[in-house]
Parts: sequence; C-alpha cells; structure tokens
Amino acid sequence: MEFSFSEDQNELRRAARRFLEAESSEARVRAAMDTEQGYDSAVWEQLSEELAWTALTIPEGYGGLGMSYLDLHPLMEEMGRALLCSPFFSTICLGANAILLGGSEAQKEEWLPSIAAGETKVALAYAEKGRESGADAIHATYRRDGDRYVLRGTKHYVIDGHTADLIIVAARAEKSQGLDGISLFAVSADAPGLQRSWTPSMDQTRKLAIVELEDVTVPGKSLLGEEGRGWDLCERTLDLGRIALAAEQVGAAEMCLEMAVEYAKVRQQFGRPIGSFQAIKHKCADMLTMIESARSAAFHASALAGQGEADLSEAASSAKAFCSDTFFHCAAENIQIHGGIGFTWEHPAHMYFKRAKATEVLLGDPSFHRERVAQRMGL
Amino acid sequence: MELQLTEQERAFRDEARAWLQEQLNGPFKDLRGRGASGDQDSYVEERIAWGKAMGAAGWNCLGWPREFGGRECSIKEEAIFNEEYVRANGPGNIGHIGETLLGPTLIHFGSPEQQKRFLPPIVASDEIWCQGYSEPGAGSDLANVQTKATLVGDEWVIDGQKIWTSGAQHSDWCFVLCRTDPDAPKHRGISYILVPMKQAGIEVRPIKQMGGSAEFAEVFFDGAKAHKDHVVGGVNNGWKVAMGTLAFERGASTLGQQYLFQQEFEQVVEAAKQTGATKDPVIRQRLADAWIGLKVMRVNALRMLEHQGADLNREALISKLYWSNWHRDLGKLAMDILGPEAEILDGGPYELTRMQKWYLFARADTIYAGSNQIQRNIIGERGLGLPKEPR
Repeated sequence: MEFSFSEDQNELRRAARRFLEAESSEARVRAAMDTEQGYDSAVWEQLSEELAWTALTIPEGYGGLGMSYLDLHPLMEEMGRALLCSPFFSTICLGANAILLGGSEAQKEEWLPSIAAGETKVALAYAEKGRESGADAIHATYRRDGDRYVLRGTKHYVIDGHTADLIIVAARAEKSQGLDGISLFAVSADAPGLQRSWTPSMDQTRKLAIVELEDVTVPGKSLLGEEGRGWDLCERTLDLGRIALAAEQVGAAEMCLEMAVEYAKVRQQFGRPIGSFQAIKHKCADMLTMIESARSAAFHASALAGQGEADLSEAASSAKAFCSDTFFHCAAENIQIHGGIGFTWEHPAHMYFKRAKATEVLLGDPSFHRERVAQRMGL
Repeated sequence: MELQLTEQERAFRDEARAWLQEQLNGPFKDLRGRGASGDQDSYVEERIAWGKAMGAAGWNCLGWPREFGGRECSIKEEAIFNEEYVRANGPGNIGHIGETLLGPTLIHFGSPEQQKRFLPPIVASDEIWCQGYSEPGAGSDLANVQTKATLVGDEWVIDGQKIWTSGAQHSDWCFVLCRTDPDAPKHRGISYILVPMKQAGIEVRPIKQMGGSAEFAEVFFDGAKAHKDHVVGGVNNGWKVAMGTLAFERGASTLGQQYLFQQEFEQVVEAAKQTGATKDPVIRQRLADAWIGLKVMRVNALRMLEHQGADLNREALISKLYWSNWHRDLGKLAMDILGPEAEILDGGPYELTRMQKWYLFARADTIYAGSNQIQRNIIGERGLGLPKEPR
C-alpha cells in the first residue's frame, strides 16, 4: 500500500490551489459569507462545469469520473485551506453519498448525473435540535399512506438546507426507538409542506438551515434503501462526510499554521522576530506535529474509504476526532500568536477560528467520536 | 492501516513467524518479553546469545546491503518482520545501537575498511555497541562536548567523560564524539571515533535510575586508546556524522517500537477491563484517544519511511516529539486505571510492576535523543524556517 499521495493527486491539489487562490481569495470569501445564499454561483458553476469537481467521485456510469475517495482528499484539504464557501460538501460528501450507498438503480440514474453536472445540489437533514449525534437524535417521523409516505418533524443544522434542490431526510417510523425504524427519503426541496429557512450562524462560511416538514407527502420511490433499516445507511453516509470534513480540517489547520509562521517571522518585538522566541517557536512546532498527524489520520480514513471497505466507523471517528482537535488548536494558536490584530474582524484569523468550532461540532464532536471508537474497541 | 502483502511478502512473513515461534517457544523461551525499557539490564548474556542466533538465521540488519551482511529487505519487509517479532514477544534487542545507529552511519559515512571491519560483527551480534554522546556539560547543547582526543603516533588518546551511556556495561565498542580541534568553532572541531570499551583507560560506573535499575552509565576516559583510522567521516567532521546518526535514530528504528507500544497499550486496555475503569467515561475517552494516537503514529511512521531518502521530511521531524509524548501519556493512563493498586509493588525491596516501569521510564523518553524542547526547536527552525535564537 502507498502511504502518500500519488503524483496525480498532487497535481489535482496544485490545480485546486491555483483555482482557489483566485476564486476563493479572502475578499471573495468575505463577499460570499455575507450573503444568505452563502456561496458564489459563478464559482459553483466553474468548479462543477469546468473543473468537474462535482463529478469526481460519482461513478462513470452516472456521468461522473469514477475517481476514489482518496482522490477527493487533497481537494478537500485545499477547500479547507481557502475556506471555500460552497455547497460542495453538502452535495457531494453527504447527499451524493447517501444516494450512492442507498439508492436503487433507478434513483441513481435519476439524480447522480445531474449532481455530477452541478445541476442538483443536495443536503442531508438528519440532526435535530440539541447536542445528540446518534440515532437518538432523530425524532422526525414518517408513516405510510398507500404507496406514499408522509413526513413530519423539524430538522436542524442542515448544511446548505436553504439552497439545496434535493433534501435527504432521516425520519423514523412512529413509535420506533433507537437504531430501528429509521428511513431515509430523498425529498424535493419544493415539496408542499416543506419549509426551510437559513439559520444565521457564528461561522458564516458554511450556511446552516432549519427544514420543517409539515405532513410532507412523498412518493414511494423517494425511499432510499430498505424501509426501517436506514440508520446503517445514514451512518455510512455520515462517515464518508466525516472523512471528507477531516481532510478539510487538515487543510484549514495548515493554513492557520502558515499564517502564524509568516507573522512570527516578520513581527518584531524586543528587537527580534517573535518567531525566534521559543515560546512562539514551540507553539508552531506543536501545531506542525498535530497537523501532520491529523493528515495521517485523515489520509488513512480516505484510503480505506477509497478501497470500499465495509466498516469505516472507527477510521472515520478517529479522523474526525483528531482533525477537529487539531484544527481548533491551530486556529486558536494562530490568534494568540497574532496578538491584538488576530482578534480583529479585519484579520482572517477569526474566520478560521469560527470554521474550526463549526466543523468540530458538525457530524459529532470529538468526545462523541472518541466514545464511538471506545465502543469499537470493545470497551 | 494494514499492510497489503504480496505472495512473496506473505512467504517472508510466514518464514519469520515460524522461526520466531520455534525459537521463542524453545531454546529462548525465558526471554519472551524481557529486556524492554526498564528491564534492559536483565538476561544480558542470554540476549547476546539470542542476537547471535538471530544473526546466524539471517534476521539481523534486514535492510542492509548484501555486501555488508544484510538482506536488502524493503522497508515493508522490515515492517513485516518487526510486527512478527513483537507478536512473538521477542526480547529487547541488545544490539540495537549497533544495528540502528552505528551501522547506518558507517554505511553512509564509513570508509570501506571500516565497513568491512565493523559491519559483519554487528550482523552476527558478535560486537555490542554503545553511544558516547552526552557529557555533564553537553546535554541539549551536544556540540559543547569536551572529551578530548589527541593523535599520538597512530593512536588517538582520549580523555574525558561521557554520561547517560545506555548499555555501556556490556558493550564492546563505543562511538564517541571527541573534541579534536579545541581552537575551531565548536561544531567544527569534533570527530566521531570508534573506541574499544574493554581497555585499561576506560572505567564504566553504572547510574541507578529512578526505577532502581541501572541501564545507563557514566564512562570515564583516562588515556583510552583508539586506532588512528577509526575516525568516521573524517577528522573534525564528526558533527555532521553525529547529526546523520540522529536522523537514523529518528527513522528506521521507530517501526519496531510501535508494535511494542501496541502491546503495552493492549495490556493497559486489559487492565481497564479488569478494574472496571472502562465504566468511567473519562477513562474511556482517554483510552480511545490513546488508541487513535497509536494508529496515527503508525501511519506517520509508514509515511516517514516511504519518504526516506528525501532530505528532511516533516514526518521524520515530528516523530520523536509525537511518540515520546504518546508513550508518557500511556504510562500515566496505566497508573490512573489501576487506582490505589497502582502504588503496590510486585515485591520488595523495590520490584516494580510492568506498568510502573512504563510509567517511570517513559519520563526518559521525552529527554533522551534530543529532549522535547530541542525537538521543537528543530521542528520550528528546520521544518518551518523560523529564525534561530540570537546567541
């Protein structure tokens, strides 16, 4: 097995960096994050149509490029590094994966080609209000009505839920509990009874929404996978999302380190660059140690996902826990090393700090994931 | 992350597994699990015999070129062997300083004569080596070594003192950093000299460590002799050679250690299950964290080894800092899991339990071979290009 990125993957990274330095510069990020939509439509068109990023992990039979999850990894790092504001993560790393893993042939044919082309944006609505992250978090219900299903409930923290065209909703059979009775439905965003609204959030670079389902009636063909056994599908989808998010965190953390190092080299105090003081130098060294280790954790998980291994849970949770801690640590240290300027709105340090916290609590926080690893260890 | 094996590699693994099984269930069964950190001064004679048996069967120095007695194994094969070795509970390798530090240094910097003279006995475990670096006044500031070597006729005459020399008591040879030009700037007046230990001019005084055993020693040189030609890499070029050795120390030797850590970790988990500590949510978090950290360490190591040869890669720079912190934390976790029982010795007067040894000895991990603070300086300056401290 190879333990590092291939030359092709490195080339993809370089191309992504060139693109993002222009199209996701700090000014462009600030402009996008100030909108309710949360992203620049022209950039979305470019990255889906010209660069075919949305097609990358979709199989060739459905209009994609059929590349591996490991190929996606360097791209995610670069998006994190540039704080790209985009529905890419929600559409490709969550939504498309739910369809890929759980969809029937007909469902894949219906949705995947337009996702690959960037025409359909997808969101995954699984969490509900509160801090629960497992199956217990799902309270929204469904009931059968002839050959249709009726959905009811309120979904929170839905990434890009207010701009998606298709929303994958996790709901449970009435009176079901725990892991049982959960199903996933692919619901058109304009379905009658479905209300969604943007939720203003601390991290402005990735938008969250509330999706309310008031007796939303969907056809039977909206069901993804087997009725009542959707938790496993949901978990596997989330694990793929966590792995991509972990890679994104690595790239963002590395950017924080680079900002800190550059500043430490030029900022003079006591007649010398502050980076020559061990107090600062050692902070940077610890950041690098964490970042390269986080990259190992995420790389390992991406490689496993690329091999189509059945159970990604341990690798995904390990990566998500480690990379979340790393990103948060580096984003916080970057502010500390910058001193007063790092606390201002003008400086981009706060944008990374906020993204760090947002990604940390997204799809399960580190303690959730460590407990999940503990269970996989048989503790 | 698992190694995917080819048919040939599987055959190699099976061969190693079979040999280790046979030896460690047969003639060397008393050595299983012995000689690890905190236990390095036990079964010395037997472990030397074990090293010879390993050498005779072709399991020492696997990655070395054939001309020097190695098997030119790939890094992957070395990893496979290391895994089998630890799985079979192989004892701490008493020849590891020769195999992992001096050998690679000689292969890289040594003259053909030095290679011919010194490498085969390392492969055969006929000669055991120790490392003469630190001095009372040259710890983190290693370039400040004062031990003096003077050329008299065709011999170096050496005077001075080394300290923290692991295994000095049972070593045949020592590679010693000596000052050979007192007038040159301190990094440029050092030579790397190979010195026989069994001679009148050398006195070894073991140092009792906090765990009660004596795995390292002070070494006093009083007119000790070394052959004129036994300078590695040229006179006054020893700093460069020594830095090369440190790179080897950070490189190839880490894989075997990982498997050892894994075994220790598994025992800590077992203890947690027995004591019921696994019901404590904080302990669960810490165990999971340690497990994640261990897996990350393995991928770090595999990435580092894949990049070997590349000048200075980040994975190599962070390796020591990462594993030493991890191991120190594991020792503390082991004690916390045991609760009050953590205090109770195996017996009197001071017989430590296995986990007490890990706990205590891990305190050395963050100090030797470049303390954590030195590691952070190196990472900051070489890895990130931060300016040095004005001197």
